[in-house]
Amino acid sequence: MKKIGMKSVGQSIRKIDGMAIATGKPVYTEDIAMNNALVVKILRSPHAFAKINSIDLSRAEKVEGVECILTYKDVPAERFTLAGQSYPEPSPYDRLILDKIVRYVGDEVAIIAAVDERTALLAMKKIKVDYEVWEPVLDFEKALGNSTVVHPEEDLSCNFDIGLHKEKNIASSFKEVVGDVEEEFRRCYEVVEDVYYPQAQAHAMMETYRAYTYLDHTGRLVVVSSTQIPFHVRRQLARALQIPSSKVRVIKPRIGGGFGGKQTSAVEGFAAIVTLKTGKPAIIIYDRKETFSCTTSRHAMRLKVKLGADQDGIIRAIDMQVLSDTGAYGEHAATVLGCVGHYTLPLYNKARAVRITGNAVYTNKMPAGAFRGYGATQGTFALESTVNKLAERLKMDPTEVRLKNISKEGETFLTGQGVLLGSSSLDRCIEKGKELIGWKEKFPRREIGQNKVRAVGMAITMQGSGIANIGTASVEIRLNDDGNFTLLSGATDMGHGCDTILTQMAAEILEIPMDNIIFVAGDTDTSPYDPGSYASSTTYVAGTATVKAAKDLKNKILEQGAKLLGVSLHEAELNGLAVRTINGDQEISLVKLAELTILGAGKLQLTSYATHGSEVSPPPYVAGFAEVEVDQETGKVELIDYVAVVDCGTVINPNLARMQAEGGIAQGIGMALYEEVHYNDLGKMETNSFMQYKIPCRKDVGKVHIAFEESFEPTGPFGAKSIGEVVANTPSPAIAHAVYNAVGVRVKHLPITPEKVFLGMQKL
Amino acid sequence: MQINVTINDKLVTWDVKKDEFLVDTLRSHGLLSVKKACDTSCCGLCTVWLEDKPVLSCSILSLRIHGKKITTIEGVPKEAEEFARVLTAEGAEQCGFCSPGFIMNVLAMKNELLNPSEEEIIHYLTGNLCRCTGYMGQLRAVKTYLGVL
Repeated sequence: MKKIGMKSVGQSIRKIDGMAIATGKPVYTEDIAMNNALVVKILRSPHAFAKINSIDLSRAEKVEGVECILTYKDVPAERFTLAGQSYPEPSPYDRLILDKIVRYVGDEVAIIAAVDERTALLAMKKIKVDYEVWEPVLDFEKALGNSTVVHPEEDLSCNFDIGLHKEKNIASSFKEVVGDVEEEFRRCYEVVEDVYYPQAQAHAMMETYRAYTYLDHTGRLVVVSSTQIPFHVRRQLARALQIPSSKVRVIKPRIGGGFGGKQTSAVEGFAAIVTLKTGKPAIIIYDRKETFSCTTSRHAMRLKVKLGADQDGIIRAIDMQVLSDTGAYGEHAATVLGCVGHYTLPLYNKARAVRITGNAVYTNKMPAGAFRGYGATQGTFALESTVNKLAERLKMDPTEVRLKNISKEGETFLTGQGVLLGSSSLDRCIEKGKELIGWKEKFPRREIGQNKVRAVGMAITMQGSGIANIGTASVEIRLNDDGNFTLLSGATDMGHGCDTILTQMAAEILEIPMDNIIFVAGDTDTSPYDPGSYASSTTYVAGTATVKAAKDLKNKILEQGAKLLGVSLHEAELNGLAVRTINGDQEISLVKLAELTILGAGKLQLTSYATHGSEVSPPPYVAGFAEVEVDQETGKVELIDYVAVVDCGTVINPNLARMQAEGGIAQGIGMALYEEVHYNDLGKMETNSFMQYKIPCRKDVGKVHIAFEESFEPTGPFGAKSIGEVVANTPSPAIAHAVYNAVGVRVKHLPITPEKVFLGMQKL
Repeated sequence: MQINVTINDKLVTWDVKKDEFLVDTLRSHGLLSVKKACDTSCCGLCTVWLEDKPVLSCSILSLRIHGKKITTIEGVPKEAEEFARVLTAEGAEQCGFCSPGFIMNVLAMKNELLNPSEEEIIHYLTGNLCRCTGYMGQLRAVKTYLGVL
C-alpha cells in the first residue's frame, strides 16, 4: 500500500515512541511520579443511594502518617461535569468533588492522603460514616418518573437546554422528526420492528486511571495524568477547585490505553485537592476494582427500531426510540444519545421519513461515559440487526439490501439539513468483504457435522471525523537554530500513534526526514490548544492543522531561502534539507538558513501556526462480516473468522490503521460475545475484576482480517478520514446475524452467551 | 525482613514486608518496566522470570524469592530490543503498557519451544491480555521473530 511519490505519508512507519514503551522504559504517569508523593485513597459508599448524616474522622486522623482526610465539608460547592467536552459542555453540572448525597455503590465519601498506601488504607478503616439510606432506582427502564429522584439538589445546572428534567430522572432528551413517519409506514410493502438491549461495557484499558499532582516553583498546581483531554481537565479543575485556570498545568505522559474512558476525568480532582490543601505532591492510582466500578462504562440502552421498505427493498421509513442509562451522573448523556441516530441514520438516505426520540435517564449505578463508538455502537447494533431482519422478510440477500440502500459519496441525507456526505467506498467495502469471507459459498449456513453448524452474518457502519463546527485543533511548527524543526501540538497520543501520524504529515509537506522533527505535545503550558483525543478527531482535524502549518512554514523557508540565494521565489524549491534553485546551481542548507535567520543579523525565527476546525465530519465506513460456528447441543458460539473492510479515506500509516481496526474489532467481539457490566440487586457491581468481567484473550478472537478500500476525502489531510471508533461497531450486529443464520435465534440482549443461544433454540 | 536475591544478574539485599508482593518490590527498586494492571493474576503484565521461567510477579510474595534469581526486561535488553523491533515494525505495541510482560513471555517461549505451531504460540501467550491490538499483530510479530511463517 505504499503511496507513490510520498516518503512519509502512506508508509508503515514505526511509532516514534514505540521502542521505549515496548521495552518498558519509565514513561507512564506512575513511573515518573515523585517518590515522596502522598498516597491518595478514596472511601466509597456501600449504598446505592444515601445521604450522609455524619462522618467521624477522629480515630482515622490519629493514625500516624495520615496527612489529611477530606469530606464534603472541605470541597467547593460549585457543581461541574467531568465530561471531556469543549466548553460550554452539553453535559449537566451535577457533580461535586465530594457530595453529601451518594448516588451509587462506589461514589466518593472521603479522600484520605497519607505517607503510604498502607497507612491510608488503615486510616480509611477507622472512618465512621452514618448514612440515611434511601431507596435506589437501579432499573433504567423504571427510572423515568420514578419516586426516587437521583438528583434532588437545587443547584444542578446546564449550560444550555439538553432536555434535562431532573425531577423525572431525565438527564437529557430529544426528538427529531423529518417527514410523516406513520404515513410512510402505511405505504410500505414490508415493516419490521424489534427491541434491542446493547449492554454496559467496560473500557478495560490496561493502564488504570491515575494522576499525580504537585505545586511548581511558582506555586501553580501541576497535574500529570493519564488522560485523553489535558485542556478539558485544566478547565474542569479550575471550576471544581475554584481556582484560576492560569494556576493549573496539565501534563499527559505516555498513556496505557483509553478507549474514551479517559475522556472523563476520573481521578485528577482528588489528588489535586490534596496537593492544594497540603502543599505536598500527591498520587492517586485506581486499582482494577475501582477502574471497573467507580469510573464510567458504555451506556446500556434499550432501542426500539421500526423499518419500512417498499417492494424493491428500498427503506422508506425509519423510527428509533432510544432509552439510555447514564447512571448516577450525566457525563456524555446528551451527546451519546444524540450520536445513536447521528451516526446511523445517514447510512440509508432513501428514507422519506425518519423519526428518532430518546431519553437518557439517571439511575443509582456507576455513571456511563464516553466509549469508543459513542452511541454509534449501540445504534449500529439495533439498526443493522433490524436491516438484517428486513432482508430476510423481503427474501433478499442482506448485502444486496445494503447496496440498494446505502448513501453514496456526496449525497445528502434526511436528517442532515443539507450537509453533503463526504467520500465513500462503502459499496466497494461490501463487495470486497463478501469476497474475503466467501459469502456466496457460506451464506447463510452450512451443517458441518457433530451437531455443529457454521453461518455468516454482516453489518455496516459509519462514524464521524471530528465534531463539525465544534472541534478545533491548533499546531505550531518552528525552524530551530540548528536547522531542525519543533512541532507543537495539543493532540493526545494514548497509544494509537497520533504523535507519529502528525509527524509523518509534517515531514511529508516539509520534505524532510521525520527524524528532523521534534514532536512535543500533551502539556497545557506549552501545547497549542487541542480538545484531546476523542470523537475520531486527531488525524482529520489536528492532521489538517498540521498540514496547514507545515505548508505555511515551507513557504516562509522558501521565501527566506530564495532571498538568501538571490533568486525569485518561483525559482526555489525545498528538498533534501536545503533550499535549492530549481536548476540546481545553488543551494542553502536548512542549517545555514536557520543560522542566518535566527542568529546574529537575521533576527527572525521562522514559525508557523494553524488552527483548524471543520464544517463537516465526513464519515468513515466499515463493512463487517462474521463467520461463526454454533454448537447446537450447548449454544456455544465460536468466532471462526471476521472480515472488516474499512474506508478511512487515505491510509496515513497502514500498520497503525490496521492495528486500530484489529483492536476495535476485538473490542467489538468482546461486546458481542463476552462482556457485560453487571450489578446485584442492591446496585453493587459484580463484574469488578477480570475474573468476573471477561475481555477477549487471544483464543477468543478467531481470525480477524482487515482490508482497506481507500476513498479520497477532499476536506481531510492527504484525503484521510478517521478510523479510531468506526471499527468497534460492526461485530455485535454481524455476529448476532451469523448466530441467527446458524440456529434461528435472534439474541437482542447483548452479549450473545451460550445460555441465551441455547434457551433460544429451546424456545424458552 | 531481609532477602538476598539475584536481580538481573546482580546480587542484592532488600528489606521487604511479610505481605509484600514481588511486583511492588521490583517497582519500588526502580524496575519500572514491571507493570501492574489487574490485582487478580489475570492480565500477564507483571510477568518476570523466576529462575528463568515466566511467573506473575503480582502473585509471588517477595519473601519467597530469597536466594532465587529474578530477571526483568531490564536484564535482557538485547533480546528484548530484538523482539521489540519486530513488534513495533508491525505496529503491534500500540499503547505499550502490556508489552514488557508480553515480551518476557515471548522470550521465555522462544527458549522453551522449538518451532512452535500457531496454536502452541497462542496457547503459550494466552495469559497476556492486550486491549489495544486485538492480538493479530502480536501473532504476526511473534511468527516473524521466530521465523515460523
